[in-house]
Amino acid sequence: MSASSSNELLYEVQLSGAGMWSKIIGRGKTLRLEDIEGGANVGMLLYNGHERLERYNMPDTLKGQQIFYLRSPYCLHSDMGRLLCSITADSCGWHDTVCGFSDAEQVEKKFGTKSYQEAGNHFHRNGRDCFLTELGKWGLGERDLMPNLNWFSKVVSDSEGNLSFVPNNSQAGDYVELRMETDALVILNTCSHPMDPDGTYQSHPVKLSVFSGVPPGPEDPSLRICPENQRAFRNTDDYHKLRFEG
Amino acid sequence: MTEKQESELDPLAAGYTRIIDAGDHWMRRLEKGQVFRILDLEGNQAVDTLFYNANDPTDRYSACDTIQGQGKLYLTTGSKLLSNRKTHLLTIVADTCGRHDTLGGACSRESNTMRYSLDKEHFHACRDSFLRGLQDWSPDLGKRDLPCNVNFFMNVPVTPEGGLTFEDGISAPGRYVEMQVETDLLCLISNCPQINNPCNAYNPTPVQVFIW
Repeated sequence: MSASSSNELLYEVQLSGAGMWSKIIGRGKTLRLEDIEGGANVGMLLYNGHERLERYNMPDTLKGQQIFYLRSPYCLHSDMGRLLCSITADSCGWHDTVCGFSDAEQVEKKFGTKSYQEAGNHFHRNGRDCFLTELGKWGLGERDLMPNLNWFSKVVSDSEGNLSFVPNNSQAGDYVELRMETDALVILNTCSHPMDPDGTYQSHPVKLSVFSGVPPGPEDPSLRICPENQRAFRNTDDYHKLRFEG
Repeated sequence: MTEKQESELDPLAAGYTRIIDAGDHWMRRLEKGQVFRILDLEGNQAVDTLFYNANDPTDRYSACDTIQGQGKLYLTTGSKLLSNRKTHLLTIVADTCGRHDTLGGACSRESNTMRYSLDKEHFHACRDSFLRGLQDWSPDLGKRDLPCNVNFFMNVPVTPEGGLTFEDGISAPGRYVEMQVETDLLCLISNCPQINNPCNAYNPTPVQVFIW
C-alpha cells in the first residue's frame, strides 16, 4: 500500500531539473519520489545518518537479492550487512544502480557549454558536481562518492554484458517510495542519466514527499522476498536495540 | 564469450614476482609503462583488486565510470579501467580467461551474515584484508577508501531480464590477465577467502603476480 494513502504528509518540495537536495530521514518514514512530467532521473547516495562510514553498497544490494536492478519490494543494503531502506511502492518497475552519474566534461560534450555567466540559473549542471556540493555540507567528499542509484532509469544488459539505455521507462506521474529502515542521510539530484542518448539538455522536475510511518513487522513484503533481507533486517534491528532503545 | 588474448611476455623475464596465498592481502606501487599480470595458479580463484592514483589516492578505480566508459559490464582485453575522475588507470592487454567481474564487490564478515547465516560472521573476508592493507600502507587510508572493486577471474553473469548470480568460475589453472599501467598506481589485492559460494570453487588457492 502506498504511504501517501495511509500516513501523514510531513514534508513536500518540488525540485527543478538538475536540482539537488540532502536531508536525514528518520527510521520508519517514507520518502516518495514522483516524476512529474516523465523521463526524469534521480541520482541518489545514502549513508547511515549517524555513522557516515556506513553507506549504500551496490554490490551487496545486488548479490544479496540476486538482481541487477531495483524495484519494489527489494531493499537497499549498506556495506555493514544492514538495511538502509525498502522499496515499498513503485509504479515504474526498473531502476538502474550500475551506471554512475554524469560529469562536467560529459555534459559539455553532449549538450555544449552553458555557463552561469551566460544563462543564469539555467546553466548546465552535472551529477558529479551536484553530489559533491551536497556531500560537502555533511563533511563528506570525493572519497564518499560510491556507486549510486538512478531512480526512474532503465539500462539492460545482453548476454555479453553490452548495456543499452531504455527510453521512456518512466511516465508522467510514475513514483517510487522508500521506507527508511534506519536514520538515513539521503543525497540526491535530478541530473539526467549518464547514458541517456537524448541530445537536448533536459530539465525534468521531481516532487519529493516524506510521510510518517513505523518500522515493518516480519510479514513485510520487502523482508519476505528473501532470507538475506530478513537477516539484514535482524542486523539492523540489533543495531537499533544497542544504540537507541532501553 | 569474448575471445581470449595471449601475451608474448616471458614470466622468467619479469622484474618482480610474488605468490599471494589465499586470504592474504598485497599492496604495491606500479609505475606508468609497466605491465602487470595476475596468474590464476590453480583455477577459479577470485582476486579482489583496487587501484589508486599513486599521486593522489582520492583518485581511485571506479566500477561505474569503467562500466559507463565502455558501455559494457564485463572486463576483458581492451577494457580501460577508469577512476572516479575518469583518469585512465590501466588497459587490459592480454586475457586468457575472457571475462572478469566488477559488479560483485568484495565479501565482508558483515555481508556474510546477510548472505549466508549469522553464525558465519567469523569467516575471514576480503574487506578485512583490504582494510589491513590500507592501514599498513598509510595512516591516511581506511574504510572511506574502499570503493567497488574488480574481481579478476570471477563470473557474475547478468541476464537480459535483470537476474544476477554468482556462477562457477570460468577460469582454470594457468589462466592470466595482463594490464598496461597507464598512470603511477597503488594496487591493493585481497586474494579472496570466500568459501560460501562458487567464486573460488569452494577452495581458495594462491595466485601469482608479475611486473615487467
